[in-house]
Amino acid sequence: MATTTKYVGKPVKRKEDARLIQGIAHYVDDRVLPGMLYLGVVRSPYAHARIRAIDTEKARTAAGVVAVLTAADLSQAIGPVPCAAQLPDLKPAPRPVLALDEVLFVGEGVAVVVATDPYTLRDALDLVDVDYEALTAVVDPEKAARKDSPRVHDSLADNIAYRWEIEGGDLRKAFRQADRVLKLRMTNQRVIPVAMECRAALAEYDRGDDRLTLWSSSQIPHLLRTQIASMLKIHESSVTVIVPEVGGGFGSKLNVYPEEALVSYLAMHLGRPVKWIESRRENFLATIHGRDQICEMEFAVQRDGTLLGLRAHIIADLGAYYQLLTPLIPTLSGLMLCGCYRLPNVRVEITGVLTNKMSTDAYRGAGRPEATYFIERGIDFVAAELKKDPAELRRKNFPKSKDFPYVTATGLIYDTANYQAAMDLALQKAGYKKLRREQEAARKKGRYIGIGLSSYVEICGMGPSSAMPAGGWESATVRIEPTGSVRVLTGSSPHGQGEETTFAQIAADFLGVGIEDVAVIHGNTSIVPYGIGTFGSRSTAVGGAALYRCLEKLRDKLLKIAGHLMQEDPAKLVLRGKQVVSRRDAHKSMPLLDVISAAYMAKTLPEGVEPGLDETDFFEPSNFTYPFGTHVAVVEVDPETGTVKLLKYVAVDDCGNVINPLLVEGQVQGGIVQSIGQALLEEAIYDEQGQLLTGELTDYAVPRAADIPWLETYRTVTPTPVNPLGVKGVGEAGTIGATPALVNAVVDALSRLGVRHLDMPMKRERVWKAIRDASSAPSGRARKAK
Amino acid sequence: MSVSIQLRVNGKTYQSAVEPRLLLIHYLREVLGLTGSHIGCETSLCGTCTVLVNGRAVKSCTMLAVQADGAEITTIEGLSAAPEAGGLHPVQQAFREKHGLQCGFCTPGMILSAVQLLGDNPNPGEAEIRRALAGNLCRCTGYQHIIESVRYAARKLRSQKR
Repeated sequence: MATTTKYVGKPVKRKEDARLIQGIAHYVDDRVLPGMLYLGVVRSPYAHARIRAIDTEKARTAAGVVAVLTAADLSQAIGPVPCAAQLPDLKPAPRPVLALDEVLFVGEGVAVVVATDPYTLRDALDLVDVDYEALTAVVDPEKAARKDSPRVHDSLADNIAYRWEIEGGDLRKAFRQADRVLKLRMTNQRVIPVAMECRAALAEYDRGDDRLTLWSSSQIPHLLRTQIASMLKIHESSVTVIVPEVGGGFGSKLNVYPEEALVSYLAMHLGRPVKWIESRRENFLATIHGRDQICEMEFAVQRDGTLLGLRAHIIADLGAYYQLLTPLIPTLSGLMLCGCYRLPNVRVEITGVLTNKMSTDAYRGAGRPEATYFIERGIDFVAAELKKDPAELRRKNFPKSKDFPYVTATGLIYDTANYQAAMDLALQKAGYKKLRREQEAARKKGRYIGIGLSSYVEICGMGPSSAMPAGGWESATVRIEPTGSVRVLTGSSPHGQGEETTFAQIAADFLGVGIEDVAVIHGNTSIVPYGIGTFGSRSTAVGGAALYRCLEKLRDKLLKIAGHLMQEDPAKLVLRGKQVVSRRDAHKSMPLLDVISAAYMAKTLPEGVEPGLDETDFFEPSNFTYPFGTHVAVVEVDPETGTVKLLKYVAVDDCGNVINPLLVEGQVQGGIVQSIGQALLEEAIYDEQGQLLTGELTDYAVPRAADIPWLETYRTVTPTPVNPLGVKGVGEAGTIGATPALVNAVVDALSRLGVRHLDMPMKRERVWKAIRDASSAPSGRARKAK
Repeated sequence: MSVSIQLRVNGKTYQSAVEPRLLLIHYLREVLGLTGSHIGCETSLCGTCTVLVNGRAVKSCTMLAVQADGAEITTIEGLSAAPEAGGLHPVQQAFREKHGLQCGFCTPGMILSAVQLLGDNPNPGEAEIRRALAGNLCRCTGYQHIIESVRYAARKLRSQKR
């Protein structure tokens, strides 16, 4: 980076806000095209049923209905929903765009209706008559994994989608040598992403140009283009995907869904634009869910708190079909299960199980929140069983900062870290010692205060292509226009993260221009070179690095031209304040605009320099990045009602170098609140028939402003060598770090009552029952593990 | 069957013939083309469709257009056009200043709920702000920067009145 920065590292206000605060930004649903039709999906009310017959006659003949189609009309024309995951022995469970003979989850599409307006469409959807024969729903993943379970897919021998394992060190020896073996079973419940904007897709086909344009609320415009072309068996060069404003994604839009293919196909075949807007009900039923893992963990430990080994088995509920990354997500949990500890001997087994539910897939954090929850809940459990302070147990088992790069027993190479520094800062900011004294004093007064810690490491900046299912690089193009304005094109696809600002900060500093001179363009596959997209906290770490390298190339070119014009050695020139200035003599300068003009006029270019100012770079990272930190939560539990009140929250996060501290803070705070949601409030509940009981915002508790206390956020800064910016990524840190801190705090509060563990979410009823059960036991402490 | 309604939206009078079942949010978005108000749930829970009806924040997905007959409505587009504020309303400015938004989908509704709050209570405390905004969901920000935005706007508005 330039030695002095005007923008990078500063809390620059966002460029994208002006349109968003005035209501003049455009999300997919805001776009109206002439002759546009509206598509709706008839969805299964059964979790598992055979389709006997579909009567579309009444709907087809209703006024305003243009088309009604079922799988019988489409199964040849549109390929299945793609899954990019490659795992050994993964059983095939592809999802057709509409169910063929059987429906496998509530909300699966069985027919589509196209009508002239949304109200007519809504009426017509009810006119499609589907005759179902109900079959046994497979709901509980552990029962589903048994040999005698009814099957989700008739074509498969059982419901085990795959088994995956990873091992490092000598586990047997570790368990033989251990003073204690401590076991804990935990669930990381199914949750629902709930982006504020539901999914949306609009397609238009121009027959003359043979051009299909698909507007979609997506995180991955280019991958979507490739997949739509494959699904529809058309030339990718005929497809443009445009991702306009996106109202949040959190991984739920890192996917390819049937509706995107259906509007595309119908726009082509009806010759009119077709729009589909997901309702919130559909969003709950038919957009991917997250988490849903059960973990049985065994720790081999020494009496002094030294961790020797970890054995774990994770059962992951995948749902009925594979979406883009479904089977892969639990393997990320497996890889990250050692957390930020020296755990030389490890074995993790994962059983991916099919059930009659919506697919799970990448939800903010994707595999790492589960891993972090299990290891961090586990660490507090071990500390409690050994009667050690949980902070001390962590400190004892952290690798030291000089141990980095640190190779884990699961084969990952953690880039850089100072776990202890982050924890020490968190403890200091939270006033940990004082908190423990206050907790003790409160207990004497019958108040139940709990303090919970979580020290996390996550895997970000996804990632080297060798470890990614569909490429892990990112593209950037920088163009300096003849008038001096700068256009940055990025293959990442921000949807709230603010890259129009952060990327402009980087470019403006590098080129010595104003941030207002830089426009960041994304989300249009006909304008932007192929890119991978925004997920896995990768946009700045990978896309920003591509941008950096473009800027280097452009700077070198500008200085070469300027050197030629100024009769000066380019190595002695710098870009500053829209001037090219000599380092040797500050009076020797030239307006940057003159150099830009020279590049375009091309009359006085040095030999071997091409005209124009346009550079593209495809950055391939050498490794992932590994942000880390420690969070501290303080709660009070009311033993009469089971109410958990969050009293204090302190987070220390280290995401490497920071481009914009204001935006980093926003990411961390938002992530923590999603985590608070999972720890305390949110739970996707399917009943025994596979009905989603929490299928609306009335029944699914997304945190509201009044549910949250003031969050105190701090940072340590440990840059990474993996990319030239030294940034690690911060999009998911809060969601990964916070959940175990909260649960640890609640269990800590109840530990005196004999409660040793409690599964999320910490609803009143569950907490109250745990207190009741513990206090009705003969002696809470008598049940402790031997 | 359609019903004739007349209402003022962002200072302009409109006369329309609408189906009785047409929701106000659909009238604003589809008939008038004011797409700044969003639809996030259609069940009055998320608050992205919040507009001001006769000065009060209302979730326009659970109000019929015919119920708005004779009403004075302000949407986010009308708030920014308010001439006395010289472009942006102080609450809008505050959301930008304090990074009170990320994806921006909840923002128009959030801003209009905050406008009502500050109309009722020019100096709200943190708990009062949290309560007042509890009907508007945001999945991105964690609300903290929204609270800071509202406080900032409150200070701005109070100093303007002085």
